[in-house]
Parts: sequence; structure tokens; C-alpha cells
Amino acid sequence: MGFGPFLFLATLEGLVQASVLVLTAVGLSLVFGVMRVVNVAHGEFFMLGAVIAWFVATNMPGDPAIGFIAALIISPLAVGAVAYVADRLILTRLNYNPEATIVATIGLLYVIQQSVLMTYGADARPVDPPFYYTIRLPWFGYSSYKLFVIAAACVLLGVIWFVLKRTKWGLLMRATQFDRETALAFGIPVRKVYSFVFAIGAGLAAIGAVLIVPIQQAHYLMGLDPLLLSFTVVIIGGLGSIQGTIFAAILIGLSDGILSVFFSPTLAKIVSTLFVAMVLVFKPNGLFAKAKR
Amino acid sequence: MGAGMMKSLILHLAVLVLLFLLQFVISDYAILTLTRMMVLGIFASGFNILFGYTGLLSLGHAMFFGAGVYAAGLPIYHFGWSVPLAFVFAIFMSFVAAVIIGVIALRTVRDSFMILTLMLAQAGYLAILYFNRETGGSEGLTMPQASRSFDFLGLTIDLTDAATRYNIAVLLLAITIVVSFILIQGRYGRLFNAIRENEARTEMLGYNVLTAKLFSFTVSGTIAGMAGAAYAILFGYIGATFAGIQYSIEALLFTLLGGAGTLLGPLLGSILMTTLIDRLSEVTSAYFLFLGLILIALTLWFPKGLLGTIKEKWLPWLT
Amino acid sequence: MADVTFLKTKDLKCHFGGIKAVDGVDFTLEKGEIRAIIGPNGAGKSTFVSLLSGRTEATAGEVEFLGENVTRLPAYKRVRRGIAYTFQITNIYKDFPVIENVAIAVQSRLSNSGEKTGAGRIRAEAEKVLARVGLSQFAERKAGELAYGHQRLLEVGMGLALQPELLILDEPTQGLSDSEVSDFCDLVKEIAQNATILLIEHNMDVVMTLAGRITVLNQGRILAEGSPEDIRANRAVQDAYLGRGDE
Ligand SMILES: Nc1ncnc2c1ncn2[C@@H]1O[C@H](COP(=O)(O)OP(=O)(O)O)[C@@H](O)[C@H]1O
Ligand SMILES: [Mg+2]
Repeated sequence: MGFGPFLFLATLEGLVQASVLVLTAVGLSLVFGVMRVVNVAHGEFFMLGAVIAWFVATNMPGDPAIGFIAALIISPLAVGAVAYVADRLILTRLNYNPEATIVATIGLLYVIQQSVLMTYGADARPVDPPFYYTIRLPWFGYSSYKLFVIAAACVLLGVIWFVLKRTKWGLLMRATQFDRETALAFGIPVRKVYSFVFAIGAGLAAIGAVLIVPIQQAHYLMGLDPLLLSFTVVIIGGLGSIQGTIFAAILIGLSDGILSVFFSPTLAKIVSTLFVAMVLVFKPNGLFAKAKR
Repeated sequence: MGAGMMKSLILHLAVLVLLFLLQFVISDYAILTLTRMMVLGIFASGFNILFGYTGLLSLGHAMFFGAGVYAAGLPIYHFGWSVPLAFVFAIFMSFVAAVIIGVIALRTVRDSFMILTLMLAQAGYLAILYFNRETGGSEGLTMPQASRSFDFLGLTIDLTDAATRYNIAVLLLAITIVVSFILIQGRYGRLFNAIRENEARTEMLGYNVLTAKLFSFTVSGTIAGMAGAAYAILFGYIGATFAGIQYSIEALLFTLLGGAGTLLGPLLGSILMTTLIDRLSEVTSAYFLFLGLILIALTLWFPKGLLGTIKEKWLPWLT
Repeated sequence: MADVTFLKTKDLKCHFGGIKAVDGVDFTLEKGEIRAIIGPNGAGKSTFVSLLSGRTEATAGEVEFLGENVTRLPAYKRVRRGIAYTFQITNIYKDFPVIENVAIAVQSRLSNSGEKTGAGRIRAEAEKVLARVGLSQFAERKAGELAYGHQRLLEVGMGLALQPELLILDEPTQGLSDSEVSDFCDLVKEIAQNATILLIEHNMDVVMTLAGRITVLNQGRILAEGSPEDIRANRAVQDAYLGRGDE
């Protein structure tokens, strides 16, 4: 295979990564933007989404496509419910104090991860893709499912955008994000908004995970990478900015995909981690933020 | 010296003496675990200077522990350095790392500071994996036999002897506690506390807050690095896990459990948690599940930890 | 030594996005004065003194203190040069004992002037300050548990402990009872014997009792300046207040 097709393949792989990443990272960004909560357990919500998808898909009789669609619906709802309960039981009681919530979500990370280990076990398990069709390109064949992932992510982003900008719920969220005190004064049920945002953020991570399990297997330790990548994306895009997050997810997904194909994945991670650190230090509002004032 | 300070000093010295004497009554196995607890206690004490006293939550302190581990272990393994030289070198390198990382990380605040320290530590951890030919990666390296025994100031020190290791750990712990005591009782203790409580006010009282934070960060990182170096040397093994996120979290957990902002809290936390793990491992392997549950429980119901609560309720003079 | 102006600003500006909180202020203050700054809410008074203390960075213009250009100096360095600032919204160490609040300030002054910072000496000086502001009996109480008026006094005490050249007080009498206000005026007069005072104040009785001169700010600019009598008689000032219906 020549260099051109090879780069094309790397780009496609990068776009698939970016698609999943964008959903996960938007979830994290939403939670940070609206609630000012750094959710260290976000990666575990992702992992939980994948594992639940496996449970649903393997227990669903009939065509793999039915199992997959069921997983796509059940998994985010279940993960969202877990997040909702966690918010009610833990985060509200901490009054969203930054240090306390970060410590508590670290605790949550271990609780979810180990509960999965004890029930699901340490094996990595695959989920059948809903369809197997391979698209023949002149240089290589490419899984149509992966293209479906990219398309699905685009559609979901459209839905998120619509909800945020065009619905009453989106308005409530944006009002709460803009100014918590004023929102309270206007009678917005801030606590409820917080719980729902936390659930939606986790649900988005779960959707990303359901999309990825036919490509990558479900495993109880699979949460750390998406967590760190999401942090990376959210920081580069600007903490709490959804547009920046989308843009950064594509950038990071692509560069991570391409760097991992051409160099070692570890080196790619080191480079992107250090890059993020520098962004955080020198452009704390994100790479794309206009300078204030 | 005030009466409270005197009491506090006596208490800390008594604890150190007690730890020294303990070796004559406990089992060999207990000596081994207590050695490990003390070294991890030193690590957490370093973390506590920054978190408990100055109010800065680093989620990446394993990078300094790891820096100490590798800066001590690699020269011994690859170049056959003498153990004391490697130990001093490791402390110095941890100091340098703490200054550099501090200058970078302290440009950020709160959430960003926590994420940044987490990220930098992760980069360090990945770097150890990446250079696995030199570092041994996640499998790690075992120190050569020759380094397990050496002469120092006319004494022959045999690191395979449990009692020797125990006494070295007690000595290093004593140094850590005494240095921290002097620091915290002095004007820096007041300044660190002031920054933790109200940073903006402290700046407006004429303090250079940034320098003070950097100082705290450096002391904290250097102590953590010393603990790492001690760990590598005493137990003769280095590995990537020591720089992993789990060690950063353990420092936090020990400190929270024992009581952030108390000198003996991190040690107490380390002893309790390690004991708990030992007991638990007889019934279940779910150590991390308990780690998570305890973290959540502490933030919800016991944010001051054991000694912090005791200090608040009964012993206000406790340092 | 040539005569230097105690404090001087040249065309000082501070803009927050589109809001011109301070918009070209030329201001001078002589040593030993008690100067009041008045003006309607949102006039830019707090922002102006924040620019002097370095708590807020100037968008343009200069601040000169004792002949030195301090515009780019960070806040803590200005404090060390003698500019002490008390916050409009009480800003103390709420969880610490009252005396510790003052001790932190005392330690800052002693260590910055290269003096010994032994625990005994710091405590003794802190006690003296507490006596001056009349809070001795609360020394060991948690600062956050004090009555509001006492917290305001503690805030002033922390400024005093720095032994500043210039003490900036931002609405110090806000929320105080009448008797507390009159005690407070006595305290300021006493402090003024060793320090220059810049006072933002809404209570006109306090202003008239204390101030030698008054500067009126409106919409980020100086509207008028003069003796209390001049200001009382000034039409523009009356319009600014009446027009806004402020007090
Ligand atoms: N940090 C800030 N960011 C944006 N606007 C500010 C800020 N601080 C003050 N302002 C605005 O500047 C103007 C002047 O405020 P301020 O100096 O507090 O007035 P005063 O103390 O005279 O009541 C007000 O319109 C206020 O809303
Ligand atoms: Mg004001």
C-alpha cells in the first residue's frame, strides 16, 4: 500500500476515534460547563456503557442488529440512571465543592470499576456489529460499520445542538451555566438541572461506548484512556465550551489516530498529554478562545 | 515556645520513640509491613504539606514518588552507583523536578491545577513505559545483589536485614516529621494556612503568594521523592506502578483518612489503610472497591479525617 | 529631596469589556490627608481604589506612589511599599481566631521590614492592634462568629497591623449601628495621625466629620473635588445624586 492510501486509512481510523471521543468529551464538557464539576468517573461511565451493551447484546435473541439497537437505547439510560443516583446521593450533599467532588468522583471511579470487575470479570469481550458489510475501495476494504459510527456521531451532535439551542431544557441549562445565582433567583430548579446534566453527560459517554464495542472489546479497565482523552479535548477546546470541544475532539481524534498509526501509541499519548498541559498553562481558556478584553 | 507547641512536640517525639521501640516486640512480618507503611507515610506527609497545609490538591504526586524511585534505582542498576550517593542524587532530582513542575503547574488554579498535575503525572508514567528498555517498563527492575549491602561511615549496612530497613525508615520518618514540625510551627506554617484559608486576602496583606506556594510545592515534592528513593533502595525494586495514578490517589486517601493538615495524619492513614487491606485480602480481593467507598465516605461524613477531628474537638494544640 | 506627591494617578483607566468602570482619572493625594471618595453606586469607586492597591490591573494610565511608578507592580509589592487595602465585602480568615487574623498581617510587616518574627513578638503586636480597634475581648473567638460590625473592625485592624503609609477603606461603616459609626470615626481620626487615609463612604455625616477634602466620582470620571463645603454647594454633584436617586 502506498503512502497516500495509508494516510487515507489512518485518517479514517482517526475519524472513527474522533466520533466516539466527541460524544464522550461533550458529556464531560457539559457537566463541567453547567455544574463546574470535574468528573473523574466519566471514563467509568464510558466503560459501564460498553459492558452494559455487551450484556444487552448477548442476551437479546435474534439478529445482532436487534441486540445492538437495544443496547444503544438501554445502555445510555442505565448509565444515566446510575449517574443520576450518584449525583443525588453524593454530589448534591457535597454542595459541589470542587475539591470534595473531585475526590468523591475518584472514589466513584474505583467503585464502578471494581463492581464491574466482580460481576463481569476481567475478560475483554466483543459485541457483534449490527452489520458486516465491507466497502471495497481501490486500495483496501473498509468496514461499513465504522462509517456508520462516524455518521451516527454527526447525527447525535445535531440532536445535542438542537436540544441545547432550541428546547426549554437547553435554555434552562444555559441559564444555569451562565449564572447560577440568577438562575436560582428566577426560580430555575438548579439542583434538578444539575442532576439531569450529570445523567446526560454520563449517557453521552455510554452512547460513545456502545458505538465503539463492536470495534473495541468491552473491558473493565477501558475507562482510563477515554477519560484522559476527554480531559485533553475539553481543555484544548476550552473548559465548558461545546463548540470548542467538538472542534478539539476532531483535532485530537485525528492526530491521535494518525500518530498512533505512524508512531507508537504511547508516544502519541505522551505528546498529546504534554501539549494539553501547555495549553492549560498558557491558554487557560482553550486554544480557540479569543483573548479576553 | 508556647505550652501547646511543647505538648505537640512531646507527642510527636513520643510517637517516634514508640515506633523505634516497637521493633523489639513485634513479629518479623509486622516489621516488614510497618517499614512499608512508614515509607508510604513519608510520601503522604510530603503530599500533606501541599494539600493539608497549603490547600493545593495535586492529583499527580506519584510523579515525585516515581522520580525518587527512578532517580535512585536507575543509577544503581545501570551505573553501579553506591546506594548513599544514589539516595542523595534522587532527593536532589526530586527537588529539581518539583521546582520545574511547580513553576508550570502553579500558573493554574483550582480545577485546572488538579487536572494539570494529573496529566503531567500521566505523561511521566507513560514516559517510563515508553523507555522500557532503560526503565524496565511495567515489569520493573530488581536491584543488583551488590547494592543490597554497603559500607557507610564505617558501618556495614545490610539491606536484606528487616531490622536495618526498619530503622532506616524510622530515621527518615523522624527527619520528615521534625523538618515538617519546624516548618509548620514557624512563619511558613502561618503563611501556608493563610493561603489555604483565603488566598486573595493573603496577597493583600503583602505576601508573595506565588513564591510561598512554590516553596510549599517544592518541599512537598522533595519529601515525596525522598520516600520514593527510600522505597527503591530498601526494597530493591523499581517499577512503573510507583509513578501511576494509583499512588497519587493513595497519598490523598491516607492523608484524608488520617487527617489533612496534621503531621501524623498521613502516617496514621497509611498504617490504617495498609492494615485494612491486609485484613481484607483474607476475605476479598476487592481492595480498590473499598478504596473507592472509603474515599466517598470520607468526603461525605468525615472530611477532617481522624486526627483532624480529634484536633478540632479535643486537642486544638495538635500540629 | 524634591517634593514628591504622595499619590498621583495619570489618566487612569479600567475597562471590563464594554464597561468603562474607571475612565481617565487624574487624581492626587497629599501626605496626611483624610480624603473621601463619594459617588453613586457603580460610579467606579471600588474599582478605582483596587487599581491603586493593585488588586485590579489598569487598562491604561499610571499610578505613582511616593515618586515611584507602581502601575505594573503586583499587589503584594504595593502593600510592602505602604498601601493597605480593606475590602468592601468583609474578607477575613473566618475559620481562624481573631488574633490570628491580625497576627498574619503583623508577621507580613515584620518579615518584610527584616525584623525578627518570633511567636511572642508577633502575638504582642497583634494584641496591641486588637486593643486599638477594641476587639481585645474577642481575641480567641473564631473571626467568622463575630458580629458584622466587629468583623468590619477586624478588617480595619488587619490594615492597621501593616502600619501603612496609606490606608484605603472601602465603605467601612456600611452595616454598622449609629454608635458603632461614631466609635469608628474616632478610630479613623486616631489612625490619621500616622497615616494618610482614603475613604470610600456613602454616609455623608461620616464624610463631613472626617474628610478634609472630597473627590466625587461619577461614571468612571472625577465630577468634582474640593472641601466639604464646596462639594455640598456643588450643583453638578447634587444632580448626579438626585438624578440617580441614590441615597
Ligand atoms: N470584575 C468586574 N467585571 C466586570 N465589571 C465590573 C467588575 N468590577 C466592577 N465592574 C463594573 O464596573 C462598574 C463600577 O463598579 P464599582 O467600582 O464596584 O462601583 P462602586 O464601588 O462605585 O459602586 C460597575 O458597573 C460594575 O458593574
Ligand atoms: Mg463599591
